[in-house]
Amino acid sequence: MAEYEAVIGLEVHVQLKTNTKMFCSCKNEFGGAPNSHVCPVCLGMPGVLPTPNEEAIIKTILTGEMLECQIAPRCKFDRKNYFYPDMPKNYQISQYDEPLCANGAVTLNLLAFPKDVQNDPKVNFDKKIRLERIHLEEDVAKSFHYDGASGIDFNRAGTPLMEIVSKADIATPEEAFAYLTALKQILIYGGVSDADMEKGQMRCDVNVSIRPKGQKEYGTKVEIKNLNSISAVRKSLHYEILRQTADVEAGVPIIQQTRRWDDGRGETFMMRTKEKAHDYRYFPDPDLLPLNTEEGLHQTAKSRLPELPAAKKSRLVADYAVTEYQASVLASEVALANYFEKAAANAKNKSAVANFLLNDYFATGGDIENIPVNPEFFSELSNLVEEGKINTKQAKEVFPKMVAENKAPSVLVKELGLSQITDTAALEALCDQAIAANPRSVADFKAGKTNAVNALKGQVMKLSKGQANPQVVGDILLKKLSA
Amino acid sequence: MASPDIDVRYVADLARLNLSDAEAATFQKQLSDILGYVAQLEKVDVSSVAAFSGPVVNNLRPDVLGESLPVEVALSNAPQQENNLIVVPKMIE
Repeated sequence: MAEYEAVIGLEVHVQLKTNTKMFCSCKNEFGGAPNSHVCPVCLGMPGVLPTPNEEAIIKTILTGEMLECQIAPRCKFDRKNYFYPDMPKNYQISQYDEPLCANGAVTLNLLAFPKDVQNDPKVNFDKKIRLERIHLEEDVAKSFHYDGASGIDFNRAGTPLMEIVSKADIATPEEAFAYLTALKQILIYGGVSDADMEKGQMRCDVNVSIRPKGQKEYGTKVEIKNLNSISAVRKSLHYEILRQTADVEAGVPIIQQTRRWDDGRGETFMMRTKEKAHDYRYFPDPDLLPLNTEEGLHQTAKSRLPELPAAKKSRLVADYAVTEYQASVLASEVALANYFEKAAANAKNKSAVANFLLNDYFATGGDIENIPVNPEFFSELSNLVEEGKINTKQAKEVFPKMVAENKAPSVLVKELGLSQITDTAALEALCDQAIAANPRSVADFKAGKTNAVNALKGQVMKLSKGQANPQVVGDILLKKLSA
Repeated sequence: MASPDIDVRYVADLARLNLSDAEAATFQKQLSDILGYVAQLEKVDVSSVAAFSGPVVNNLRPDVLGESLPVEVALSNAPQQENNLIVVPKMIE
């Protein structure tokens, strides 16, 4: 059996986060009573004049900047002509041969990959997936299907929509997953879109073909639609690559077609074959002037460039001395990184704050958007440990109360009657007590069983009701036993 | 100047129009005449005119919310409606 490799390209549609639609001042909002955010422009009435939304253009250029694209100094809008009830003008305003952004890339990262392959040595986690282009267009209406009829809601029609087209650089379903995860992260970083796939704010069409390993020519490509989550993209690709491989092995030729993913059944189904290429008869929209992006638009977009995940990660490592892994996790979500920076601001050991946040806080089942805790408490708690006022075990007692009650750790330490005994004289007395009460452990130790000191240490901790500083106790015991 | 570069049958098919043979012949001639008329522009000497490189000032709209139509007005031309949706024959994809 020959070995096959997959060639995958993704077309991602992203709704921009703006107040209003692309070419009219109707509200851009998910949901809303059907047909309540419509006007003559987005209903495609004759004689109306569309005017582009400046903010949508700036956000598209900003996306291009974040994804290392070339920004066109000049671009224009075209009409894409087709007949469908979700587009009452019988054309969609889009960009054909002069998109706003060209080329560019999405750089993958370890955490963007599915968890189950994050330890796979064969995976290239830092792969660059090149982009073909990003253009700006308008979304179409949303349709609902009933028996024998369809219903149309034009609220979505005219929503600013970016189309981000990748090159066929993606080789595995896992890379497709990582591409979408990394892309989504950047879109959220830039405040360009909320990119929630469940709300249709980010939608993905997949093109996939297979070819014998080493072959230069592409195989016949198949398009997959109806992918409502990033994991559906991964699953559908696994299914489709296997299906195509089985067909080719059996001598069945692949025909160019569009298939629909059924998430419940975990299979793709043929929707239609592509006998002839669509002819959209693109032509420049005479209602819209070309855009000159050098007139302020590009400059404004550049001024809004945020610190991107990779740069944030490096800075967190450099400025906060957190581990590479901690920095990757913190930088994976802008809200998380922002919270951490506040939480660690006054901490002596900032990596300890990262631990409290990433391990202990998330173990409580909380999320970062709704974290109820004053970020300064994280610094305070880690400093109490750092200064030896409480031990780490006691910190773990304080932590859940600090989260649940949003109370200062110093207050909680008093309330819980914690606080570590670091007073050496008091500890020496306790150590003497433990040594006197456990001649056996003392004898073991003297016989060379150095572990026996732990039993004594346990006794001291018990005598102190857990409030002794275990490190100091260990030191005192060793000193006394070796004397 | 007649232009042969238009396939009326194909264009009619894209526009979902059903033309009779007589109509196809009429439109073939009319469309060819229009193209021929416009083609005269190609003969104009524009060597001394600078190419249009785009507008100096962009005609854009600030992202400020305006008024939308009341739902009943938006739906007033829809022959069939239900739950504020415009009802159309079943769409098949």
